[in-house]
Amino acid sequence: MTKYIDQGKNDTRSGYGDAMTELGRTNPNVVALCADLIGSLKIQPFIDENPERFFQVGIAEANMMGIAAGLTIGGKIPFASTFANFATGRVYDQIRQSIAYSDKNVKICASHAGVTLGEDGATHQILEDIGMMKMLPGMTVINPCDYNQTKAATLAIADHVGPVYLRFGRPKVANFTPVDQKFEIGKAVMLSEGTDVTIVATGHLVWEALIAAEKLEEQGISAEVINFHTIKPFDEEALLKSVKKTGCVVSAEEHNFLGGLGESVARTLTVHNPTPQEFVATQDTFGESGTPEQLMEKYGLNNKAIEKAVLKVLKRK
Amino acid sequence: MAKLDELQDIVVQTRRDILRMVHKVNSGHPGGSLGCTEFLVALYNEVMDLKEGFDMDGKDEDLFFLSNGHISPVFYSVLARKGYFPVEELNTFRLLNSRLQGHPTTHEGLPGVRVASGSLGQGMSVAIGAALGKKLNGDDKLVYSLHGDGELQEGQNWEAIMYAAGNKVDNLISTIDRNGQQIDGPTEEILPLGNLKEKFEVFGWDVLEVAEGNSLEAIVNALNEAKSRTGKGKPVCIILDTMMGNGVDFMMHTHAWHGKAPSDEQLENALGQNPETLGDY
Ligand SMILES: Cc1ncc(C[n+]2csc(CCOP(=O)(O)OP(=O)(O)O)c2C)c(N)n1
Ligand SMILES: [Mg+2]
Repeated sequence: MTKYIDQGKNDTRSGYGDAMTELGRTNPNVVALCADLIGSLKIQPFIDENPERFFQVGIAEANMMGIAAGLTIGGKIPFASTFANFATGRVYDQIRQSIAYSDKNVKICASHAGVTLGEDGATHQILEDIGMMKMLPGMTVINPCDYNQTKAATLAIADHVGPVYLRFGRPKVANFTPVDQKFEIGKAVMLSEGTDVTIVATGHLVWEALIAAEKLEEQGISAEVINFHTIKPFDEEALLKSVKKTGCVVSAEEHNFLGGLGESVARTLTVHNPTPQEFVATQDTFGESGTPEQLMEKYGLNNKAIEKAVLKVLKRK
Repeated sequence: MAKLDELQDIVVQTRRDILRMVHKVNSGHPGGSLGCTEFLVALYNEVMDLKEGFDMDGKDEDLFFLSNGHISPVFYSVLARKGYFPVEELNTFRLLNSRLQGHPTTHEGLPGVRVASGSLGQGMSVAIGAALGKKLNGDDKLVYSLHGDGELQEGQNWEAIMYAAGNKVDNLISTIDRNGQQIDGPTEEILPLGNLKEKFEVFGWDVLEVAEGNSLEAIVNALNEAKSRTGKGKPVCIILDTMMGNGVDFMMHTHAWHGKAPSDEQLENALGQNPETLGDY
């Protein structure tokens, strides 16, 4: 299989922050908003260089989404950022009406998604956001896997016209996406070709999928690993092409199995080519406090869980 | 009234608990916790009318809701020291499989907690609901709640503030922890709250301001005064001027310790300023 090298652990949110610094220099229409979480979102450099293009709204996320919608009228490209829970569930109707239904070019940028947020616990660990956001007509939903890809995705969405939900996380994770890889919205990335099983993964679980594939290779199982960084629009072609070859799928995401990547996979397969699938995802539960590693283990979100799911799905072929 | 020095002993021990809890897991929120220690110690040990043990309905006893859930360390310590659960359990704060989650929840069944908080701005609405329930039940006990000042930037608070006055929820005493700080800096720089007293008053609340929000005596007096103002057609608000990080010199006069744990040396220094009183857990 294709081998990937960790260029040095980094957090995906820093990918967002560093891309914002770049956008501040290159795109005069880009403006940023935040709700009392500047440090966590890593956007201080953008603010230092472009104080007039930054809006601190205070702890008031609903107001932030409305202001972002309004800023698009006149041509600004607002990047509204906070923790994923407060960027989605907290403000769902504001996003639905003022942004999605009103076709506003707002970029909702959400950090600290999923259980890997760690010790803060379930109140902050949203595992339902992909579902909520993908259900909104017209919303693009992106969940990049590492620092480099988050940076590239942030730059890419600035050039895309339309509402976007960009989801990233808190902990430092392996950074393996080539630094010059162009980010194509809606185009899944083939990471490693294989013939026995397809593993489609998103976000932090992509690296885990690669580790699982290596372990499977040692057992003589050839896994194809595809990075579905965009959940909507869903790259049906990439999935169907792979499944035609392998005949079974494991989906892997740091999200509830209801509403996530796995369900988009299942829907596509049901309509076009019914195929056995196993879900690596949380099982309709809230998270809890713990270290990211402990939580990935407890909630079955690591390479071990992926490996197990592959062995299970192979038997169902 | 319990002697002030007895309450003071609980305060100092609670500070130690807070510091040791956040230090152990290198996460959590010591600043706001320390600033509200005197308030919560006085509330639970001197002011509230509480039954033995815990049941969710809390009929015929006073209730408390922590809306600014990030100050869970002080809440957990006060609950444990009051006997709601073993103090040794403070050792499990923010660990996997613990009842002491990063932010308070009912999910794991921790006695003393009646609703989850952590996502800011929701607690006053819940407190209003519980206060309305007491009225329906003919229960004349009171409902208390605590809110951060930055937290008041959430619009839901103002829906609740309007509702409570408009509907004469006069068995509710909501306290605002006015420490002037939030995550990104001083509240007046992030999004000014302006004249909070006048804001609550024009919404129809009876408001008390407490300049010495870390003085046990001032807090007890204010809470007793607030109690005497309940049942008169208006919800009661206490605006408590507190010092974030109170009791640990290097944590005061800054927002730096909002959500940061002390290092080993810093812990030792901080504990040195607060010698053991009731015994560490
Ligand atoms: C809805 C929501 N938005 C943002 C946050 C992140 N957050 C946690 S505490 C905090 C600051 C709260 O300020 P304040 O209420 O003044 O509490 P203090 O810092 O004084 O303890 C923020 C923004 C949150 N927990 N909930
Ligand atoms: Mg404050």
